[in-house]
Amino acid sequence: MSQPTGGRAGSNGEARDTDWDGVRLHVVSGKGGTGKTTVAAALALALAAGGRKVLLVEVEGRQGIAQAFDLPPLPYEERKVAVAPGGGDVYALAIDPEEAMLEYLEMFYGIKRVGKALTRMGVVDFATTIAPGLRDVLVTGKTSEAVRRRDKLGRRVYDAVVMDAPPTGRISRFLNVTQEVAGLARVGPIKNHADLVRGVLASPETAVHFVTLLEEMPVQETLDGIEELRTTGLPVGGVFVNMVRPAGLPEGVLAAACRGGFDSAELALGLKAAGLTDARADASAVAEALAREVCEHALRTELEKRERGALEEADVPRYDLPLLPDGADLAGLYELADALRAQCVT
Amino acid sequence: MTRTAPALDIDAILDDPDTRIIVCCGSGGVGKTTTAAALGLRAAERGRSVVVLTVDPARRLAQAMGLTELDNTPRRVHGVDGAGEAGGELHAMMLDMKRTFDEIIEAHADPERARQILTNPFYQSLSSSFSGTQEYMAMEKLGQLRRSDEWDLIVVDTPPSRSALDFLDAPERLGRFLDGRLIRILTAPAKVGGRSAFKLLNAGFGMVAGILTKVIGAQVLRDIQMFVTALDAVFGGFRQRAEQTYRLLQAPGTAFVVVAAPERDAMREASYFVERLADERMPLAGLVVNRVHRPLAPSLSAARSSAAAEDLDARGEHELTAAVLRLHAGRMQLAAREQRQQEHFTSAHPTVPIAQVPAMPEDVHDLAGLRQIGQLLAS
Repeated sequence: MSQPTGGRAGSNGEARDTDWDGVRLHVVSGKGGTGKTTVAAALALALAAGGRKVLLVEVEGRQGIAQAFDLPPLPYEERKVAVAPGGGDVYALAIDPEEAMLEYLEMFYGIKRVGKALTRMGVVDFATTIAPGLRDVLVTGKTSEAVRRRDKLGRRVYDAVVMDAPPTGRISRFLNVTQEVAGLARVGPIKNHADLVRGVLASPETAVHFVTLLEEMPVQETLDGIEELRTTGLPVGGVFVNMVRPAGLPEGVLAAACRGGFDSAELALGLKAAGLTDARADASAVAEALAREVCEHALRTELEKRERGALEEADVPRYDLPLLPDGADLAGLYELADALRAQCVT
Repeated sequence: MTRTAPALDIDAILDDPDTRIIVCCGSGGVGKTTTAAALGLRAAERGRSVVVLTVDPARRLAQAMGLTELDNTPRRVHGVDGAGEAGGELHAMMLDMKRTFDEIIEAHADPERARQILTNPFYQSLSSSFSGTQEYMAMEKLGQLRRSDEWDLIVVDTPPSRSALDFLDAPERLGRFLDGRLIRILTAPAKVGGRSAFKLLNAGFGMVAGILTKVIGAQVLRDIQMFVTALDAVFGGFRQRAEQTYRLLQAPGTAFVVVAAPERDAMREASYFVERLADERMPLAGLVVNRVHRPLAPSLSAARSSAAAEDLDARGEHELTAAVLRLHAGRMQLAAREQRQQEHFTSAHPTVPIAQVPAMPEDVHDLAGLRQIGQLLAS
C-alpha cells in the first residue's frame, strides 16, 4: 500500500513496482478547471505502459476522454484509444447510464428486449435522471463490473481501471452509493447491488486520487474532499499537483521581489548586454516592466508554497505534474504519463 | 484572420433598469460565483437594489460577502459604497435546496398531505440529492425572488452540475416525468388501494410494474407510490411554475453572461453554452473571460526573449537577466496560447461581446476584491 512519502516515489520495495500495488481501480477527482480528465488519461497511459491493459472510463457524459485523445465522441463500448509507451493498451468507455441500466437488467434479471417498453414508459428516464442515487449506482456499478471482470481462463480482463470521476465537491456522495440509494432502497435488489459496488469502492483495490492546482480554492476543496472520504470510509489515494511551474529564479531573488525589492538596474544592464535594447526599446522601461513581472511571479510562487504546505498536512502522497507550455494536447498526455511513471508507476 | 470581438459593456447592462435578471453560467472552476458576486456589488454601488443568489459558494467568497450560514434567506451585505446617495443596496443568499423544496410542498399541499410527503423516505432522499434537484430548486428560487419584486436586479450563478446547462433542462425533465406514463403506473395501485392492483392495468403496464417490483422491491415501490400519490395534488403547480421560470429566462429583461477561462476545455464549453442559449432563445449578453494572463512587457517577444537568454547563458553572463528573460518568454507563450483560444471562440461566434479579467495572484477575500473585479470587468 501507499505510504505518505510526500512528493516522491517510494521505490524501496523489492517486489513493489508501483506506489499503488494492489490497486485496480483508480478514481480521479478534482475541482473543475484543474485538469482532472487530462490527469486521468495520463494515469491510464502510465499504468498501461510496458504491456498492460487499462480501461479508462468516464461517467459524466461530457466526452472528455474523446477530446483528450483527439477522437470523435465515444459510444457505449470499450474500445482501444491509445497505445502506451513500451506497449500496452488504453481502452476507453463513456458510460451511458441508460445503456448501463438496460445492461444491468439483462445481466442480473435476464430481462431482455424490454428496453423500448421501459424507455417509452419513462422508467429509464426516471431511473437515470430523477431517482436519487440510481444514476450513480449504475455508473459505479458498471465500473466495478469492469474491475472484477475475468476472461474464460479466469484472468482479469483489465490490469487496472481509471475513472474520470465527478468533481471534488461531489465525489464522496457519488462513491458512497449505499447511502445515496438509502431513500430508494433500504432492502431489496438495488440495496444489494449498491452494497456490492460499495464493497469494491471501499476495498484496498480502490484508490481515490485528487487533482489540484497550487491555488487556494482547489487546495481547500481537496483537503475537504480527503476529509470527507476518510469520514465515509473510502480509500484516499494520492494528490496530483497539476500545472506546476518551475520557480525559475533563486529563492533569495524571489523573496526580495515579494517585498518589492527587485533591482531593475542590474536587469537593464543585462538587457543591454543581450542586445535587447535598441532605438525602439528603452532599456530601463523594459527592465521595469520585467521587474514587475518578476514581482507578480514571486508573489504567486510564495502563495504556491503556502498551498503546498497546506497540502502536506493531509498526509497523502503527492505527485507533481508540470505545466505544459503547449497545453494538454496528445503529446502533452504522454509527457504527463512519463512524469507519473517517474514518480509513482514505474 | 485575427478577429476582434466586440467589447462587452458591463455597465450598460447593469445600469439599464430593464435588466432584471443576470444569469452567470459556465463550466466548473472558471470563477462563475465570483463573477456573479462582483457584478452584484458593482450594480449595487451604481444605485441598483440587487440580490445575488448563489448556489455553492466557496467559503471565502461567502465570508467576503458576510454570509455565514446557508439559510435560504437574502441577507443584507454591509460595506457597499455609496449606498446612501445612489439608493443601491446588495443582498446575498445561498440556496438551500431541501428547504426550498419543502416550502413548495407546504405551499401547494394541504397540511396532512404535506406531512405525508415530507416524511416519505423517497422524498427525503430526492430533495437532498444533487442530481437535478439543485438545478430545479435554483430556478424555482429565482422565480420566487422575481415574483416578490423586492429587488430590481437578481444576479444568479448556476449550479456546478454534471452539465452546466442542466438548470435549463431540469424543470422540463421533471415536468416530463410528472406528466409521464410512469406516474400513472406508480399511482394507479395506490389509487385503487389494493395490494395486487397491478392486475387492473393493461399488459404493458403490468409488465413494467412487474419489473419494477422485481428490481426495486415491493417496499420501495410502496414508498415511491405513496410519494407520487401525495405529490399528485401539487403536480399542476410544479409544471406551471417550471414553465413560468423558463419563460422568465427567455424574457428581454434577462441577460445571460457566459463565464470562461482562456483554456481549451472552458472555451469549448463556452461555445457550447452560447449555441444552446441561442437554440433556447435565451438572451445572451456576452462572454466574460477570467484569469487572462497579460505580459507587462509585450513588446519583447517570446522568441527574442528566449534567444537572448540562451545567448547570455552561452556567454556565462548576467545569469539573473537570463532567468528573467526565460520567465518572460514563458509568460508570452501562455498569453499567445490564451489569445488563440479566444480567437477560436470569436471566429465561431463573431458577434458575441467579450470582457476580460486579468489573472490575480490571490483569491478574492473581501468586498474590496470583488469591487476590483467589477472594475476590471467594466474596463
